[in-house]
Amino acid sequence: MKPKISRTMIIFVTVIAASMLSSLANADSALMRDGFKRPTDIPFPEENGYTDAKAVLGKMLFFDPRLSRENNITCASCHNPSFAWEDAQTTSVGTPMSRLGRHTPTVLNLAWGELFFWDGRSESLEEQALGPIQAGGEMAQDLDLLIAELKAVSGYVDMFEAAFPREGITAENIGKAIATYERTIVSAKAPFDHWIEGDENAINAAAKRGFELFNTKAKCASCHDGWNFTDWSFHDIGLGDADEGRYEVLDIDVLKHSFKTPGLRNINERAPYMHNGSLATLEEVVEHYDSGFVKRASLSSEMQELNLTKGEKHDLVAFIKTLSSNDPQVSLPKLPN
Amino acid sequence: MLSTPYKNATICLGLLVACTAPSFSDDSVKVTQKGKQFSEKQLSLKAGQSVLFVNDDNVAHNVYTIIKGKKQDLGLQKPNEENSIAFEQSGTYRVRCAIHPKMKMVVKVE
Repeated sequence: MKPKISRTMIIFVTVIAASMLSSLANADSALMRDGFKRPTDIPFPEENGYTDAKAVLGKMLFFDPRLSRENNITCASCHNPSFAWEDAQTTSVGTPMSRLGRHTPTVLNLAWGELFFWDGRSESLEEQALGPIQAGGEMAQDLDLLIAELKAVSGYVDMFEAAFPREGITAENIGKAIATYERTIVSAKAPFDHWIEGDENAINAAAKRGFELFNTKAKCASCHDGWNFTDWSFHDIGLGDADEGRYEVLDIDVLKHSFKTPGLRNINERAPYMHNGSLATLEEVVEHYDSGFVKRASLSSEMQELNLTKGEKHDLVAFIKTLSSNDPQVSLPKLPN
Repeated sequence: MLSTPYKNATICLGLLVACTAPSFSDDSVKVTQKGKQFSEKQLSLKAGQSVLFVNDDNVAHNVYTIIKGKKQDLGLQKPNEENSIAFEQSGTYRVRCAIHPKMKMVVKVE
């Protein structure tokens, strides 16, 4: 005689199985969220530790037009805090009023960075800070002339002495001061952060579905991982322009047409997107990753057609928008004269 | 004495063997790549030892180093692939993933 399975037994087993699957899904989701928790402290390098004097001086230099040859643009002309430290242009304009070749990257959260500029040509933020000051198409300044100009301003002489005792105004110290200030530029808590801290109402259902997609089917987190949503890696994502990017700095085949993965914090305020500013909206960015990229030999092995549905694309954008924080307004420093 | 073209060919062949042949020697050291990190931050080797780089990650990597001014590039390593670099000469070498620059380690060879 065959044993009979009662209807009650079937319902009981089904409920238990559903409960176990739900627990597993919640555990997966919790694990995913853990990887995006904000750090508690800003890291500063041993060779350029934080002091208030350096950060205050660095902010003044960042906003001082005298750092450019024609005294007409500042670091903030391109890295404008009103546009999440970018400039809302496809590519920027330098002191000679000519267009640059690449889109301005944000300076948000660079304290955690590794190799700087789109092509990673600077090993440190200190080195990077001096690059645009000297670049012919950008601020076009001669460092010796800049040092002489700053030494003629008594307020700067005093501030450099306070920040760098017995060293004074040098090119290295200009870089150190600006880098120190830049490391303090950190995006504040966004709705996403409140959600992973436990506030289930901080983001809506579409954004939660988008976060799941971000980590699974859409594979965004293969590169946009960690609290700043970047692993600082270099990839050819198939934008199709001739710019060889990182390969011009390091001639390794995999680096052809590759550019640094940008962080996604406050990304909603940072349009247009990509190293060439060619995509105007987040929707266009998602379309690009879905199937809009150019297939060529150097295309990153992480780039594969995603076949996202219209609803999934909507959810991804909804999620990405939860990464924008309402940062405190940045005050302009009073400059020595 | 070899003429320059032969010398260059010999050097190229030597580099090719050093970079692409998986090491089977008993004293080779295995380094894994997982979670976008090398399993070792620092290694001490004797001249002639090799390091076998194994990609245990779910993304591709590209290990490289500079030895006496020459780039040693293991090329694209997809997940589960492995390849080795022979460190024939003493010195201190910085090894990095070209794709993921936060992945870096130092190899000291005596």
